[in-house]
Amino acid sequence: MEISKRKLKELYIVMKKCRMHEERAVIEYRKGNICGNVHSAIGQEAIATAVCSFLNEDDYVFPSHRGYCGFIARGARLDKLWAEMCGRETGYAGGRGGSLHPVALDRNIPFVPGTVGSQVVLASGVGLGFKMRNLKRVAVAFFGDGATTTGAFHEGVSFAAAFDLPVVFVCENNQYEESTHWKYWCKLDKLAERASGYGIPGVSVDGNDVEAVAEVAEEAIKRAREGKGPTLIEGLTYRILGHHMGDTGYSYRSKEEIEEWKKKDPINNLYHRLLQAKAISEKENQEIEAKISEELDEAVRFALESPVMNPERCFRNTVYFGWEISLNKV
Amino acid sequence: MREITYREAIREAMREEMRRDETVFQLGEDIGRNFGGAFKVTAGLGEEFGDARILNTPLAEAGIVGVAVGSALVGMRPIAEIMYMDFTTLAIDIILNTMSKIRFMTGGMVKMPVVVRTQQGGRGVSGATHSQSLEAMFMHIPGLIVILPSTPRDAKGLLKSAIREDNPVIFIEHKGLYAMKGPVSAEEYLIPLGKAEIKREGRDITVVAISRSVLRALEAAEKLEEEDIHLEVIDPMTIKPLDEETIISSVQKTGRLMVVHEACKTGGFGAEVAAIVSEKAIDYLDAPIKRVAALDAPIPCGEVFENFVLPGVDDIIHASRKLIGK
Repeated sequence: MEISKRKLKELYIVMKKCRMHEERAVIEYRKGNICGNVHSAIGQEAIATAVCSFLNEDDYVFPSHRGYCGFIARGARLDKLWAEMCGRETGYAGGRGGSLHPVALDRNIPFVPGTVGSQVVLASGVGLGFKMRNLKRVAVAFFGDGATTTGAFHEGVSFAAAFDLPVVFVCENNQYEESTHWKYWCKLDKLAERASGYGIPGVSVDGNDVEAVAEVAEEAIKRAREGKGPTLIEGLTYRILGHHMGDTGYSYRSKEEIEEWKKKDPINNLYHRLLQAKAISEKENQEIEAKISEELDEAVRFALESPVMNPERCFRNTVYFGWEISLNKV
Repeated sequence: MREITYREAIREAMREEMRRDETVFQLGEDIGRNFGGAFKVTAGLGEEFGDARILNTPLAEAGIVGVAVGSALVGMRPIAEIMYMDFTTLAIDIILNTMSKIRFMTGGMVKMPVVVRTQQGGRGVSGATHSQSLEAMFMHIPGLIVILPSTPRDAKGLLKSAIREDNPVIFIEHKGLYAMKGPVSAEEYLIPLGKAEIKREGRDITVVAISRSVLRALEAAEKLEEEDIHLEVIDPMTIKPLDEETIISSVQKTGRLMVVHEACKTGGFGAEVAAIVSEKAIDYLDAPIKRVAALDAPIPCGEVFENFVLPGVDDIIHASRKLIGK
């Protein structure tokens, strides 16, 4: 299935938004404005963008800890997202989650779990709920190469395979689990091969080619929605920065390797393709950047002007919703 | 009043709630048709409600609870059965890091109406990895409601409440109680969570006991009448959140406290109750607090070992006499 130029341009704009958001996150982190750490996804924007573009409003998405692209691709509000990242009361989770546990309930992103792999089993659970309620909706879990060795991944995929659940499992294989290269432990050529262990289809694509991802994503989402069961998609990609802001990424990766992958930048490459196909102009691109920049400025300003929630209010009647907990530490 | 077994009472609760609300369903290993669960609690339910609502799962505890949590996010009310308390550890990450926290982390915008049903305790034959009592582990995690019913009547009323509860519940049954019969009203009833019950009134010693230890305490209380020692047996039923008021009122009356549980003594529920009463009612205590609990040891297989490790009626009697000063 060929992706239309119009759609490619839409994907480009979303990826651009992801990239500029991620770059801004680094800046604000260094200024000390972020509550928590930033696990930058710079370089891996194509996968979440492509997958989310085929989802309906009422589908569910579970991003990983490197998952802001999922939020943006789903159309999460930048102001509430940034307020959350800065730990403010006006954030999506009232500041309780901070940068590590944002949510976007209005976009059906219920939780970003702290333990790697949990998102897989949660997505399967959502899929089971959809199936039991006869809803033609789909759940998507995004995770990295590291998650595929977890028990939660194994059990989540096992359930989805057993019951033909309407789930798509998307592995953003950026090749490193923090500092450990995936070939250090993996005897497979491609992680998508794991799928055959569950009897479900698995497909591996160039994760920096948004069109390639889009093709397999559309197929997998359609399959799931039609009740034919889950698919494992692997997109081979790369994160340009370190694991999080405390890691440069240089101690376990060569500068050559990083430069090599910078050349494979999904956004740059798509831009040049669109430029050549005259689907976009330099002037238009500048306008797009300016608009996104303004949106981000607004969102950051809103976040930094918002107060932090009063802790007492935060804990009153929130743990049990029916029982108070003692706020007395003595 | 009719008498039914603990297991029948639990089954009835689930049957009634599933008939009442079609979003209630169950998932677990071997709970479906033609088997009805390792302890036969779900016998007949698969036949009535079908394979989708009494869902047999793969052998994957983290998967069972994780999938239950996911389904609860989209409007289902799952009852997840974990066959043995000893295996809940396989699901502990999803319980600790997602299930117990998601309501709080979303400021209450997400409901988490999951009941994790499991069973614990010794029965003479189960051995060290199938007999453990681990309620303290869950009591320690904020965001969970933890329930231990001691009678068929309590089990039914508490489970119905638990299923209607929008917060996550750990519902801990006892394998030694499944066959026990007791009076259970045929009329529908619910027992509120978070409220203790005084199972037996007495003026000399407040005995807080949970699960099967409640029965042991009541047996000891009968015997101690002859010695003119009168136990007041309190069954908290819900250990989290705990009804401290009932316990403290009782201690104010008796001046003596004993806590009895089958879990190991160190870091157990007894330690928690002792700390609470020391903090809030020390002036009323005429004697140090006693915890009658299991040795801090694995439970080897067999009655001889179990009786040595686990607290019994004699231990409660012995402790009572010491508290009175005999």
